[in-house]
Amino acid sequence: MKAAPFDHHAPTSLAEVHDLLARHGPDATLIAGGQSLVPLMALRLARPRVLVDLNEVAGLAGIRDEPDAVTAGALTRQRAVERSPVVAARLPLLAAAVGRIGHPQVRNRGTVGGSLALGHPAAELPAVALALDATLVLAGIGGAEREIAAGDFYPATGGTGLRPGEVLTRVRFPVPPAGAGYGFHELGRRSRDFALAGAAVVLGRGVDGECAYARVAVLGGGPVPRRVPGVERALRGGPLDADAIAEAADGVAGEVEPVGDVQADAGYRREVLVTLVRRALSDAARRADPTH
Amino acid sequence: MESVELMVNGVRREGRVEPRRTLADFLREELGLTGTHVGCEQGACGACTVLLDGEPVYACLLFAVQARGHEITTVEGLAAPGELDPVQDAFRRCHALQCGFCTPGMLLAAHGLLADDPDPDEADIRGALAGNICRCTGYQSIVAAVRLAAAERRRPAAPEGAAR
Repeated sequence: MKAAPFDHHAPTSLAEVHDLLARHGPDATLIAGGQSLVPLMALRLARPRVLVDLNEVAGLAGIRDEPDAVTAGALTRQRAVERSPVVAARLPLLAAAVGRIGHPQVRNRGTVGGSLALGHPAAELPAVALALDATLVLAGIGGAEREIAAGDFYPATGGTGLRPGEVLTRVRFPVPPAGAGYGFHELGRRSRDFALAGAAVVLGRGVDGECAYARVAVLGGGPVPRRVPGVERALRGGPLDADAIAEAADGVAGEVEPVGDVQADAGYRREVLVTLVRRALSDAARRADPTH
Repeated sequence: MESVELMVNGVRREGRVEPRRTLADFLREELGLTGTHVGCEQGACGACTVLLDGEPVYACLLFAVQARGHEITTVEGLAAPGELDPVQDAFRRCHALQCGFCTPGMLLAAHGLLADDPDPDEADIRGALAGNICRCTGYQSIVAAVRLAAAERRRPAAPEGAAR
């Protein structure tokens, strides 16, 4: 099908974006890569009257290597993240996950900010942002910026932390503690489909090899992207052997509330989540070095 | 209506379109370049794949107004009329098409891969083509064609007039 008619604006500065958002209010919808929005428009499930296009806005794309973090502009294409040597070296979890988004055509166009602002509960980037304790930077009308932790950006009640008129401009991914290991697993019906379930994990070891640091986020674990703090608590301070990992992963079943659909019912997703969390934890534990 | 000016296959083209006109429909309806096929119109089938500044994208998920000032390559731009580019020729020799509907998208997805990686293994090829659906071939011959094209690109060109 074809999208319903709309007006298209291609501002070149953030100030112009905010002017357009102020002028058109709820009629305006931001478009970045459009890989989720345009299919919805073609199906007429979304009928924005005004598209405010971020693609020509200067300064929104790019990956910056910082002392303790890597910052990606909201308009950075997923493909650029996939190819970035900085991301591969410093944020291997992000590198592993971004290559699992959609197909090459989607990643060439899809953006970091678009995926985070959409906040699909089975998407890769929201889960990675949670597992890495990312901070999102939002610019409001008038240009004032505020920062919000990924965990606060995805409230349990649904939606995102974006207020009317705000634009997500960049995201800062702190580099995990030295020696930390990562794991990422997801399962879909077909190659590169939306995941039915998945897990993004970062584990750090203390001087005796015990678990000193744990971040576990799940894909498809409920109506919003989320971490599973019960699993993290079960691991922290204990050994990272196969038994401890299996026991902690079993706890996922009681902590998530998967939503069933035609692809897979909730019970199946719950069982798969246990397996994928266990695999991701095992990979992360294997890759983690004891602190020196 | 909005004006659109862009480069298509190395030629400057322009047109006037409604903002909701997709790049795929613009290429076909306004520019008469019907080699870009339209299947699902929702980013699932890959038949409309074109290169945007050298990278494969779904032309059904891009509005023509968003391609303003960019360079587009369609299947018509791969070789001169009546000729085949090496990837097309490999498809012909490997019987990598039957009905041909998916072929333009497959070719451009393959070009995107080979520009990035001159020596892809089978998993790389399947990953690069996973966003393109073929309902005839079962994909084996398409993967074989991309392998052949890659192998031939890596070999130095045969001298003029040499037997093939």
